[in-house]
Amino acid sequence: MIEIKNVTKIYSTKKKQVVGVDNVSLTIQDGEIFGIIGYSGAGKSSLLRCLNLLERPTSGQVIIDGVDLTTLNNKQLRQARLKIGMIFQHFYLVSSKTVFDNVAFALKAAKKPKEEIEKRVNELLEMVGLSDKRDAYPSQLSGGQKQRVGIARALANDPTVLLCDEATSALDPSTTKSILALLKKINRELGITIVLITHEMEVVKDICDRVAVMQNGKIIELGTVYDIFTNPKEKLTKTFINSVLRFELPDHLLQKRTGTIVKIQFKGKTAEEAIVSDMLQSFKVKGNILHGKIEYIQEMPLGIFVMELTGEPEEIKRAIHYISQRTNGLEVIAHAA
Amino acid sequence: MLLDALIDLIPELNKAFLETIYMVAISLFVAVLAGLPLGILLFVTDCGLFLENTVVKSVLGFIVNMIRSIPFVILLVGLLPLTKLITGTTIGPTAASVSLSVAAVPFFARIVETSLREIEKGVIEAAVAVGATPWMIIKDVLLPEARPGIVHGITITTISLVGYSAMAGIVGGGGIGDLAIRFGYYRYDNTVMITTIVILICLVQIIQFVGDRIARLVDKR
Repeated sequence: MIEIKNVTKIYSTKKKQVVGVDNVSLTIQDGEIFGIIGYSGAGKSSLLRCLNLLERPTSGQVIIDGVDLTTLNNKQLRQARLKIGMIFQHFYLVSSKTVFDNVAFALKAAKKPKEEIEKRVNELLEMVGLSDKRDAYPSQLSGGQKQRVGIARALANDPTVLLCDEATSALDPSTTKSILALLKKINRELGITIVLITHEMEVVKDICDRVAVMQNGKIIELGTVYDIFTNPKEKLTKTFINSVLRFELPDHLLQKRTGTIVKIQFKGKTAEEAIVSDMLQSFKVKGNILHGKIEYIQEMPLGIFVMELTGEPEEIKRAIHYISQRTNGLEVIAHAA
Repeated sequence: MLLDALIDLIPELNKAFLETIYMVAISLFVAVLAGLPLGILLFVTDCGLFLENTVVKSVLGFIVNMIRSIPFVILLVGLLPLTKLITGTTIGPTAASVSLSVAAVPFFARIVETSLREIEKGVIEAAVAVGATPWMIIKDVLLPEARPGIVHGITITTISLVGYSAMAGIVGGGGIGDLAIRFGYYRYDNTVMITTIVILICLVQIIQFVGDRIARLVDKR
């Protein structure tokens, strides 16, 4: 378990002080994939780097598995870091060392004997699918392969926590998918807690269990990914979600409409019920679907449809009332002219 | 006639050449031996790095700058007491090597520091995050990553030493540069001067060529 207690990080320059992280408290459970999303400068990177004390918090505590890292001396901190893996946006491999030596470096840091290092590195490379690149240098690898080496290095000493600093931001979409799949596999099979920061909601949607939204050094919203997607509160959260679930209708459709346009959101179980067809049978309205999508978030369906309802205004009103009661997620976008 | 003059010169040239090599080799050896750790220390004690230490950094930086700001001829004479202490004499190529070494150490240290600075900070940070000790980071990350830069630095230092060694004549150090000054400059003997200059040009070209080759060989980036 990772407990972040009142962590504040202030960067002091000669002229002014910049608050990177502003009194953040957060608990991350064992085995979860926890996402922190925010724009650049929101403080998410600073917060992540406080977790393994690459940045020492100005105040506050970082407690991992019961040990307060801020109280450790250098040697104890090195020991603790063996159990906290970290991967980076730009991979940061040692360019003058082979893939094997890059991974072996982490094991040497743990003072493992030579035979064990040899065996373990081969195991790790097998796991990330790079056994054939053992003797290659980083410059001979693609971005995705470099990140896989980074992951192998981070996992070398069986960490309990893996920190991911924008780990997929420098990769193309299909490579991003494969790296995310690998992270998910690591989380499920090895039970490693993953904390990742990103500015892409797509990443959060794909693999996170819970997410925190950061702005100006503070966490402004926190919840399970499904809850955040179905019921975002803050404006920034909505902006991030819109980047994944975009429902914009062309102008001419909105202008030509004759009925009422509604956006209906089906969450969890309601997505599997025939609510729309019930409504159409119960009321004298016609429904025309203009836009629709079903996303699976944390393996739960989230359906969003934009419909135009036509008919008597009174009937439409009742139909809308009916749906909003059953789905608890109806929004009228435009009323009938 | 020109050929005769050159043939007469051969023993003199031969001796001078060996003296130059001797002085450059000793001072280069000392420069690498002391300059490499000094350069590393200057780098790792810098702000934001894993052995950050402002006091050590400033004191070392000041000493390095001080030595580097003294003109070599003055250093050569000024260090005579030290030379006497170390070598027991103040004349000859061995004596000249002391001052050459003292001048070369801070020079090379700054070059090492500069090549270490070229390493991406993130790579060092990744090593810190892995839980590596400072010694491991120096040995397994900093030195391998800066190797091509350090090899270039050795080349530059060697060539500078060839240049500096010309002034060794002041303390009777000898060497090719000294030969050029004594014969060419003081006696207006153009034959000797041009010959020695040609030799110096060839020597520098060869050092640079070999240095570049080695640098390319160790560069895995």
